[in-house]
Amino acid sequence: MVELFIARYVYLMIVVLLIIGLYGMLGKRNLLKKLIGMNIFQTAIFLFFIEGATKAGGSVPVIDQQLGMAAAQYVNPLPHALILTGIVVGLALTGVALAFILVIYRAYNTLDDKAIMKEMSK
Amino acid sequence: METYYSLKPLLAVLVSLLAVVLIVIPNQRPNVRESWTIMAAVAKFTIVLSMLPSVLQGQYPEITLFAISPGIALALKVDSLGIIFGLFASLLWVLASFFSIGYVRGVPEHKQTRYFASFAICLSATMGIAFAANLLTLVVFYEILTIATYPLVIHKETGEAIAAGRRYLVYLLTGGVALLLALALTYQISDSVDFRAGGILPAGIGKSSLILLFILFLTSFGVKSAIMPMHSWLPAAMAAPTPVSALLHAVAVVKAGVFGFARTIGFIIGPGLLQKSGMGDFLAVLTAITIIVASLVALRQDNLKMRLAYSTVSHLSYIVLGLALFSPSAWIGGLLHIVNHAMTKITLFFCAGAIYVRTHCQNVSEMNGIGRQMPITMSAFTLASLGLAGIPPINGFISKWYLVQGTLDVGQTIYAATFLISGLLNAGYLMSIVCRAFFRGSDKFVKYGEVSPSMLIPLVLTAMFSLLLGLFPDQFPFLFQLAARVASNVLGGGGP
Amino acid sequence: MSSLSILILAPLLLASFLATLVGIWRLTWAYIITIIGIALSLAAASVGLFRVLQEGTLRHYLGGWPPPFGIEYVLDHLSAFMAIIIVFIGFVIVIYPPGAGLYHVPRKGVPMYGLVLLLISGLIGVVVTGDLFNLFVFLEIYSLASYALITLGGNRAVVASFRYLVLGTIAGGFYLLGIGFIYFSTGTLNMADAAQLLPALYSSPTVVAAAALIVIGMGIKLALFPLHVWLPDAHSYAPPVIAAILAAVQIEVAGYVIVRMMLTVFRPEYFIEILPITSAIGWVAAVGIIFGSLMAIAQKDFKRMLAYSTVAQVAYVGLGIGLANPLGLIGGLLHILNHAFMKSCLFLIAGGIRFQTGLHEVSQFAGLGRKMPLMMTAFTVAALSMVGIPPTCGFFSKWYLILGSVEDGNWVFVAVILGSSLLTAVYFFRIMEKLFAAPPSNDEAVTKATEPSPKIVVPILVLAIGILVLGLINALIVTRVLWPVVALLPTG
Repeated sequence: MVELFIARYVYLMIVVLLIIGLYGMLGKRNLLKKLIGMNIFQTAIFLFFIEGATKAGGSVPVIDQQLGMAAAQYVNPLPHALILTGIVVGLALTGVALAFILVIYRAYNTLDDKAIMKEMSK
Repeated sequence: METYYSLKPLLAVLVSLLAVVLIVIPNQRPNVRESWTIMAAVAKFTIVLSMLPSVLQGQYPEITLFAISPGIALALKVDSLGIIFGLFASLLWVLASFFSIGYVRGVPEHKQTRYFASFAICLSATMGIAFAANLLTLVVFYEILTIATYPLVIHKETGEAIAAGRRYLVYLLTGGVALLLALALTYQISDSVDFRAGGILPAGIGKSSLILLFILFLTSFGVKSAIMPMHSWLPAAMAAPTPVSALLHAVAVVKAGVFGFARTIGFIIGPGLLQKSGMGDFLAVLTAITIIVASLVALRQDNLKMRLAYSTVSHLSYIVLGLALFSPSAWIGGLLHIVNHAMTKITLFFCAGAIYVRTHCQNVSEMNGIGRQMPITMSAFTLASLGLAGIPPINGFISKWYLVQGTLDVGQTIYAATFLISGLLNAGYLMSIVCRAFFRGSDKFVKYGEVSPSMLIPLVLTAMFSLLLGLFPDQFPFLFQLAARVASNVLGGGGP
Repeated sequence: MSSLSILILAPLLLASFLATLVGIWRLTWAYIITIIGIALSLAAASVGLFRVLQEGTLRHYLGGWPPPFGIEYVLDHLSAFMAIIIVFIGFVIVIYPPGAGLYHVPRKGVPMYGLVLLLISGLIGVVVTGDLFNLFVFLEIYSLASYALITLGGNRAVVASFRYLVLGTIAGGFYLLGIGFIYFSTGTLNMADAAQLLPALYSSPTVVAAAALIVIGMGIKLALFPLHVWLPDAHSYAPPVIAAILAAVQIEVAGYVIVRMMLTVFRPEYFIEILPITSAIGWVAAVGIIFGSLMAIAQKDFKRMLAYSTVAQVAYVGLGIGLANPLGLIGGLLHILNHAFMKSCLFLIAGGIRFQTGLHEVSQFAGLGRKMPLMMTAFTVAALSMVGIPPTCGFFSKWYLILGSVEDGNWVFVAVILGSSLLTAVYFFRIMEKLFAAPPSNDEAVTKATEPSPKIVVPILVLAIGILVLGLINALIVTRVLWPVVALLPTG
């Protein structure tokens, strides 16, 4: 059991980060905090991919003459490519969300979710 | 019993649909619009009439359009049962159109274009129901009929009309939903939804499935046939203009309901299975109760149309009771009554409409002495009333005779008694109006006279047809022969 | 081997870039570019459908890299079916005038056409790709485009869009996690390849987690009860044309993803028997149907009513998936097509009414039937189709769903389908009463109302006619296009 934790502690942390992110998005009322939660959530996912890509003793995935061509010597680069895409997506989402927050603040003068819903339903 | 390919069934259905476009376009010129209605009605009747000779010979025109669900096609076939319904619905549409024209101009009614256009769609749907070759086609047209009649029910747009429309929709859409389920179950159980005399359900069908199926069919067709307790939409729908009540609620919509019963009992479930499962008896009891109770309620109605509405409820159950009994005479009586009741009831409604146009009088208690001022109208009324009560030689007597004969055939004298008692009650609630009209005096109606010919002629014609059908039941259009053939096919167990 | 799948996608992407650039300068040219782009894409989609019906699945390897290394684009019956719906509805919506569709023409510089094209291309990308991660990329593309487009509806729309953004990101995130699990267990991101490698791993908890995450993620995007909370606000505050695309096409694409997972990637038995995924979806959908219908009855605002109605209608698709027998799934897939036409027609009508009269609450619509006969006829057709009256198309998707439920012996589903038809009748006939039977209101907006211009009416009529035509030819669609799709499902 303990060996499991030690071996997979990264995944555990990822789960913790996911939960923090979800809590931020759903549990917090301030829009900016929701956004931060979203970022944490996405980062957790990225970490998951990166962790899945690592190999024990693997090196940076650039072919090195000394290490040879065996795939086992290098960390898996595919998830890294996926994550690059994911980071860009996350960036775009954050940018759009921030733009929304600006407009919302200008219109309603608050970033509190509950107050805004009240304003909207009037 | 052969079938042959023919475009005529399709034309019969489509001719009034096409007319809808022609009716809507000349919105501002009523005469043009009305002439399209009349032309469409006459064309439709002619087409249906032209199919009669071959059907009498046993050659059924049919046309399969296209698959509307994998394995099931939208198909029309004119067999003996279908032509009975189709023929009379289309004939009465012609007469009702003339009557409508006089009525809507006499009242005068608003939104006449919507009125005539809806009428045309309704008749298309009715033809589709009459000539449907399988249950899915029938359901498609059945639902179209429900929707197409709605604008007619709420036509007056008063609070009463809108409430009536809501009740109408609730009842009929619920029925439609039940019908859809019945259709799905039938397809599941028998892998087919074609109509075949004697039924298509497999003999080994489980009892609970059969009962469920029957209850669903009962709910859906029973609503349109106004079997109690699913009848209350019918009196409420009297808020519609009288020609609507006349054609649709004495002839087309409600007869579509009993026609559905005929198709279900005769061609889907089969009378044999119906009897064996005891559902036949259940249906008979339900309809017998409806006959008596509705007649009793009719006695107490002061509004003429209401009285006629409850009378319709009662007479529809005559038909269904006939269909529920496993006897050829009962079936013949029931099928003949489809036509006879339609003919006499539409006469009564036409008279009610004429009275309203002339005097704006709706209640029986106010109609003292009206016979003096509108003698032709009231004579027709009298004739039709005698017919409904079952007095020879008017047509109602013939169907009643066969119905009673049928009850005796199966040894159910209690139903014979039901018919006879109901006949007496009919006399009670209808003849009392006649007596009031002719034998009681009043100063009220000195000034008025008969209505315009466009309304008068149709009601005279229907009254006369009732008399002729009673005097010569075996002559043209050979209804008796057609009904007898349907009965023997369905009860003999085999053949279309 | 055919590049048709790319040919559906490419004009849209190219046009979106061009339209954005040109739009800064002149908006009408951007409009023209948009029309050309979608028209080309529509042509490609039609050709694609015909070729698939004749030849079977068409594949394209992006850049020539063979699978499982490269990204593969696959056009099979299901993809072609979805693609043509998306592009056709997109086309009708684009020709609808922006003045009516978006409440007011946006300022110069707003890349409205570019975003719409990106939205449509994202949707197409999802349905034609054969690679799991590629699907994620296109998913995010269309989601982002839609978040932006919703905000064209005003301040309230921005708030609604923000909430949608947050929930949509959770959905995308779950999907990404799910395919991460798949990748790490099988080593491939290609759908066909994963399909071969996964069965050996069915018992592994990783794969179970992957399936669950993907379904939940797509469930959020599909607005399956109780994950639907973002929808009512987003659709009712979005401008009519955008709401039309969202409700008619975008949500259903999430349903497509679930079906694709079930049929192609995971194999049906996994979703049906090994994990009770389809049962769960089915029951949740049943609740959603009733919930959505009831909530729709309670609404006063026309578009909000349509939004809740969408929750219910999309749940029919979920029900079809949940039944997991051929007839049920056919009903669900056919409903994607039917709902696309019905809902977009209704939203465009809502836009037209608002444009002509400024009205948006149902109680104010009294007597409009007389003033706008063509629009109201189209409304009647669409409403009848939503209720399920033959021969409109809506009847037939319900018919197949009922057949599927009866075959499954699931009477609760039958009751739900039939009951919801009646509930739908309540909220639609209420409107029809107001439109046709109620005495015309004295509101100046109504008395002065006239039929909107042909540019508004024609797209609406096209959709309404489509509703009738689709109903009549539904057997053709089912036998030629949908039967091959559901052939993989276990029968009986």
